Amino acid sequence: MNAEAMPGYNYAYLDEQTKGMIRRAILKAVAIPGYQVPFGSREMPLPYGWGTGGIQITASIIGPDDVLKVIDQGADDTTNAVSIRSFFARTAQVATTTTTEEATVIQTRHRIPEAPLKSGQILVYQVPIPEPLRFMEPSESETRTMHALEEYGVMHVKLYEDIAEHGRIATSYNYPVKVEDRYIMCPSPIPKFDNPKMDNCQALQLFGAGREKRIYAIPPHTRVKSLDFEDHPFEIQSWDEACSICGSRKSFLDEIITDDHGGRMFVCSDSDFCARRVREQEGT
Amino acid sequence: MYVAVKGGEKAIAAAHRMLARERRGDESVPELSLEQIREQLSLSVDRVMSEGSLYDPHLAALAVKQARGDLMEAIFLLRAYRTTLPRFGYALPVDTSRMHIRRRISATFKDVPGGQILGPTFDYTHRLLDWDLSGHRSAEKDADALVSGEMDGAVEATQEAMPRVLDVLGREGIIESETSGPDSEPGDLTREPLTLPAGRSMRLQNLARADEGFLLAMGYSTQRGFGNSHPFVGEIRMGEVEVEFTPEELGFPVTIGEITLTECETVNQFIGSGDARFTRGYGLTFGQGERKAMSMALVDRSLRAGELGEEVRGPAQDGEFVLYHSDNVEASGFVQHLKLPHYVDFQSELALVRGLRRDSTDKEESHER
Repeated sequence: MNAEAMPGYNYAYLDEQTKGMIRRAILKAVAIPGYQVPFGSREMPLPYGWGTGGIQITASIIGPDDVLKVIDQGADDTTNAVSIRSFFARTAQVATTTTTEEATVIQTRHRIPEAPLKSGQILVYQVPIPEPLRFMEPSESETRTMHALEEYGVMHVKLYEDIAEHGRIATSYNYPVKVEDRYIMCPSPIPKFDNPKMDNCQALQLFGAGREKRIYAIPPHTRVKSLDFEDHPFEIQSWDEACSICGSRKSFLDEIITDDHGGRMFVCSDSDFCARRVREQEGT
Repeated sequence: MYVAVKGGEKAIAAAHRMLARERRGDESVPELSLEQIREQLSLSVDRVMSEGSLYDPHLAALAVKQARGDLMEAIFLLRAYRTTLPRFGYALPVDTSRMHIRRRISATFKDVPGGQILGPTFDYTHRLLDWDLSGHRSAEKDADALVSGEMDGAVEATQEAMPRVLDVLGREGIIESETSGPDSEPGDLTREPLTLPAGRSMRLQNLARADEGFLLAMGYSTQRGFGNSHPFVGEIRMGEVEVEFTPEELGFPVTIGEITLTECETVNQFIGSGDARFTRGYGLTFGQGERKAMSMALVDRSLRAGELGEEVRGPAQDGEFVLYHSDNVEASGFVQHLKLPHYVDFQSELALVRGLRRDSTDKEESHER
């Protein structure tokens, strides 16, 4: 794709009025951490479910001085990440990078980078279903009331039922968190492995759900606690194996099937983290 | 080393080239022109305009062509373009009683002022494949159809004013009057998120953009017992209406164009007893979209169950269910996003399921000991 601006379209695709509306929603979201702010989500030239909420947030906050990184499943080279990155390279002529530390804005689907985020960075999450109570209560009017009244009993009951049935909390991704001791929030479908990275994070975390028309946020240095019980504390996934490429034992690993006889290998899901470790090991 | 995830950019570019080739098909067959699509696949164009919420037959034809005839994809293309367009203001409400009628029927009265006009309808065709259409029709045949079509048109030109059937009932006071309700300033669904409970103007906007198949199934479900509203088709009319707009600098309305509309008004289950009166359902589409307009009227009426004090027993009466699931651009995107990579979530679930199995094996083993 060429890097020229798209004729007939505004900088970063969205018109300035729309960006203003989205920025106001973001400000409100930052002011009330974890609260889902309804916003006038637009139809984007990418389908719903492909990250339209995250794309609208990125389009509203990005400027010519930004450096953008886009990841999907932790990797910069998955097709959808490539597609979104080229969308912004094309519509906003923005510099792009795959290096976590270099980026000012990181749009992500399903992962938080392994490298710690810094002050001044913004992490934009793509969110499919923003409502953490949705699968316990299908009605939006009901769940909004439950949030308003801080009526979160159903969530604890659900987690308790998991323990009763399976001996542990059977949620491995999209694991609910409580933000600043007030709102229960969906972290988007990141693995629970990533949940601790949200807590007291130095970067601003913004969440966009395009189809559901909601924006929410975790400002820097905000307390984010994964829900648990005293006798069943929250714990993250671990692997018996190390990354086959860089040997990491502390990153989230993807499993890759290598043959049809049960052969498999494990590699870092964060491709930038993995490549950097390989470079360091090679001494370059 | 595992490299299958690399090269996404090249793969995407190659996929786009293949798509373009498939869209064109066999190059020995002449390429479709937008005019051909607009004129000969006009009902596709109408549906794309309706659900794409943009009245522009030329752009809709382009979208149909670009989408290889996939109407939902075409609707999506049109929507994504529409959302970037500036707003100049609101047109005046169109007056469908002043419609230049091409089709107009009532199922509630044998005859109505202005008469029943079948117009261009599939209704009484026998669904037998017309082999004549499979090859090139003879010029003679086309000319025949054209001439007789013009003669039919002559009748149409002499039409008198055609009051809407429900307005006739309305004068008798036997049907509820159509009011704009408490939300007299209509909202704009494409600018503000849907809030619940949604007012009628928001509901009607949602239904007007809604997927035809979804509305058809919802309307059908009410007929089969999931919230019956006892509908009669008071009137269906299709034809051209003028769109008027008042530019600020002029201060008076000017006609800015003409659009084709299909409108359906249903007469439904009455309320009250001493002052008994029928209730209404309303459906409207761009172009010729009778199936959708009728379905929309059924669903519009169903969604009024709450306000009319009826028991909510079917999905079509549940505003949240209908309004949140009616949009095919949203639905198609979210259903199909499942084909995007979910390695990380699946890996998490794998680890969980393996862990649960290990726990249970451990337990069994300690049991056996």
